[in-house]
Amino acid sequence: MSPAPSGRPADPPVSTASGLAKPLAALFVAMTILVAYGFWAKGRLPELASQHGKYIDNTIYYLLVATGLLFLAGHAVLTWFVLRYAGANDSGSPHAGAKLEKRWALVPVLVMCVVAEGGVLGIGLPAFAEVYGEPAADAVTVEVVGKQFEWIVRYPGPDGVFGAVDHTLVHDVRNPVGLDKKDPASKDDIVLRGQLTLPVGRQVVIRLRALDVIHSFTVPQFRVKQDLIPGFLGRTQFVPTKVGQYELACAELCGLGHYRMRGFVNIKEEAEFQQWLSEEEPWF
Amino acid sequence: MVLETQARPAGAHASAHDHAPQSFLRRYVFSLDHKVIGLQYILTAMFMALIGGGLSALIRYQVAWPEKAVVSPETYLSVVTMHGTIMVFFVVSLALVSGFGNFLIPLQIGARDMAYPLLNALSYWTIVPGCLLMILAFFVEGGAAAAGWTAYPPLSALAEAVPGSGLGQTLWLLAMALFIASFTMGGLNYITTILNCRAKGMGLLRMPLSVWMFFVSAILGVLAFPPLTAAALMLLGDRHLGTSFFLPGGMVFGEEVLAHEGGTPLLFQHLFWFLGHPEVYVIVLPAIGIAFDVIATYARRPPFGYRMSVWATLLIAFLSMIVWGHHMYVSGMNPLVGEYFSIATVSITAPFSILGVNLLASLWRGKIRFTTAMVFALGIISVIGLGGLGGLYLGTSTSDIYFHDSYFVVGHFHLMIGVVTLMGTYAACYHWFPKMFGRAMNERLGYLHFALTYVPMMAVFVLMHYQGLSGMLRRYYDHSIYDFQTVGRELSKPISYWAFAAFAGQFVFLANFLWSALRGRKVGSNPWEATSMEWNTESPAPHGNFGAADPVAVRGPYDYAPEGSSKEYAPQWTQ
Repeated sequence: MSPAPSGRPADPPVSTASGLAKPLAALFVAMTILVAYGFWAKGRLPELASQHGKYIDNTIYYLLVATGLLFLAGHAVLTWFVLRYAGANDSGSPHAGAKLEKRWALVPVLVMCVVAEGGVLGIGLPAFAEVYGEPAADAVTVEVVGKQFEWIVRYPGPDGVFGAVDHTLVHDVRNPVGLDKKDPASKDDIVLRGQLTLPVGRQVVIRLRALDVIHSFTVPQFRVKQDLIPGFLGRTQFVPTKVGQYELACAELCGLGHYRMRGFVNIKEEAEFQQWLSEEEPWF
Repeated sequence: MVLETQARPAGAHASAHDHAPQSFLRRYVFSLDHKVIGLQYILTAMFMALIGGGLSALIRYQVAWPEKAVVSPETYLSVVTMHGTIMVFFVVSLALVSGFGNFLIPLQIGARDMAYPLLNALSYWTIVPGCLLMILAFFVEGGAAAAGWTAYPPLSALAEAVPGSGLGQTLWLLAMALFIASFTMGGLNYITTILNCRAKGMGLLRMPLSVWMFFVSAILGVLAFPPLTAAALMLLGDRHLGTSFFLPGGMVFGEEVLAHEGGTPLLFQHLFWFLGHPEVYVIVLPAIGIAFDVIATYARRPPFGYRMSVWATLLIAFLSMIVWGHHMYVSGMNPLVGEYFSIATVSITAPFSILGVNLLASLWRGKIRFTTAMVFALGIISVIGLGGLGGLYLGTSTSDIYFHDSYFVVGHFHLMIGVVTLMGTYAACYHWFPKMFGRAMNERLGYLHFALTYVPMMAVFVLMHYQGLSGMLRRYYDHSIYDFQTVGRELSKPISYWAFAAFAGQFVFLANFLWSALRGRKVGSNPWEATSMEWNTESPAPHGNFGAADPVAVRGPYDYAPEGSSKEYAPQWTQ
């Protein structure tokens, strides 16, 4: 023991408070069980309605299992150590030696390389081809334009070509995306507010543009999220697999109406979709 | 007087204790003493925490009871933005890195003060106007900044985009510039002090892990913050000087096309996250270092794998600077670049898990004493496990498509840069309180404080993970108009109740802190029977830190259960 350099009397022995070991261990056990049960019971993703989404879901479910096991193992050891070594006098020498310490550094490295990189490369990567790959030849292309706090949808019309736009022509009521009349390709463009209608079972390519600030196109059931950046023409693609109506939301803070920037995605059968499309009037 | 082998800057006067300043102003206000400055930072952070915590209560009230509309949508965004900014930069960074870093580094390496005491004082007095500007922003026209703590343009660049992007955002940027200036001065001071002012015998690998982590954190801060300074200046230019660094052509507000042309908002995101991601490690690493120190002291054994922890920390620091793009997977980033960022990001889990395993293994064959500081350190192990693993879901670019901007993100980063750092700060406070005031904090209140911190905070942020899984999106004023968010909303009220409990629990700490500083149990120089250098001096540590003779380190910082000795522990300063 070293002498205290100050003139004060020596301190009383430090309390080990080892009575706390059990309550603390119980707290860790209870918390671990509750967290694990919660992920089991609440760890449900919304119903899947797109083709590539299964890769995303697989990645998430894989991570839930892999990280769940690591979480349980870590807390089991923590709880055990807390109980075993609480004020212990029979622990044996704590000096592990450099070799053992290095070996134990290798274990987590190997485990995490397999769990983490395995997740990214083995399970995550296959989704890329579908999310970012070249679109199919028969893909439907639609443009979605984000502005505070509304989604505007544009179809290219029978010519299959999106007409030119000019932002100086934007008018909230008369011309929401700034269609340029001088371009013949603009004449048959269809412009709709807040409603995106698409066929089921066919690839959809969405061109993304923003008029003012950054927005983010997200439909949770499709596992799709892609930012709309002013000055950029963005893209996202997916294959809807279920007929129905889905909510379209903005995921990137875009101003005070961010929370109410709601749109709808209507997925119809192919024939129904074609019928609907042929009945829509061009904007001009 | 023992002659120094290392050069000491004139500021770190070896005989400072002989002429400690006597006037109240020079002693407690405009002090050059690192301990006083450290305490000033901590008290300032406590004050800011009351504001930041109060804002979080307001957020939780609005999110859980949107029908009551306790604030307007524009105020809500200001509240969210200011909560994030204040908590990350003006509470956690201030208390943990600037506060305890200042207080501990010289004491733990056996120095008499920082290398540059005047610069140290200057760095504190730079952050004070920063805090005032942040608070002032609430009272200007348009309200405080409302573009999120990430301040992405164009939202943050244009008053047309959101009311808070008026004067409020300008004040935000100026306050951040002051913060960065202060933090950079502090970081340079830490690096210089650690490299040049260590006591005789205090080799780099004889420094406590807390000092190592402060060292690495300072290097990271100095490297990562300047790009944000540049971004802040460029954003000010876009806002007030008509430049277009971050603003492209063709932006339309109310049928008017703005004159800006040629910039890109993505540039700002890169600059912001080039700082933003290392910043996570700037504040998390010191908390882990403190946990190592505290666990060694109360488990009565050296930390497991000291050297491996040092190497792992250096590797984490390096990797943390090359992974910022994982915040931008869905911004339109080239998927191959995204895949690189994904591989690099999750590779951090390898060295990081070394730290986790070493923390855990530092209990192995220990003789655990459950002081409050120790209980908080054990809590850190638990939270790091959960929060760290949660990061994998977001670092993996495929799953991040789903989780980006959801409550999963909110839950994850609060665990890591909120709860871990807060618990590290508390562990440090309970552990080193004797060196500040010569008294110990009340342990019973400490245990109560731990229970009221660990349980409710875990509840809040774990429940947010479930909300994120269900698809609930963050920064929403009102989730009720969406069908898909109804599942997540069921948890909003429970989360809010737990959050209020967590907030209330912190007043137990505040009361304990104030009461113990004045009336706590008086303790001697080494009440915890610890081994590192700071316990080789009176409690509270005097001006100049150590007595007339300069301290000498004769062994490592953690010689508990020394090998080949019958002693229970062998302090660093005794043969």
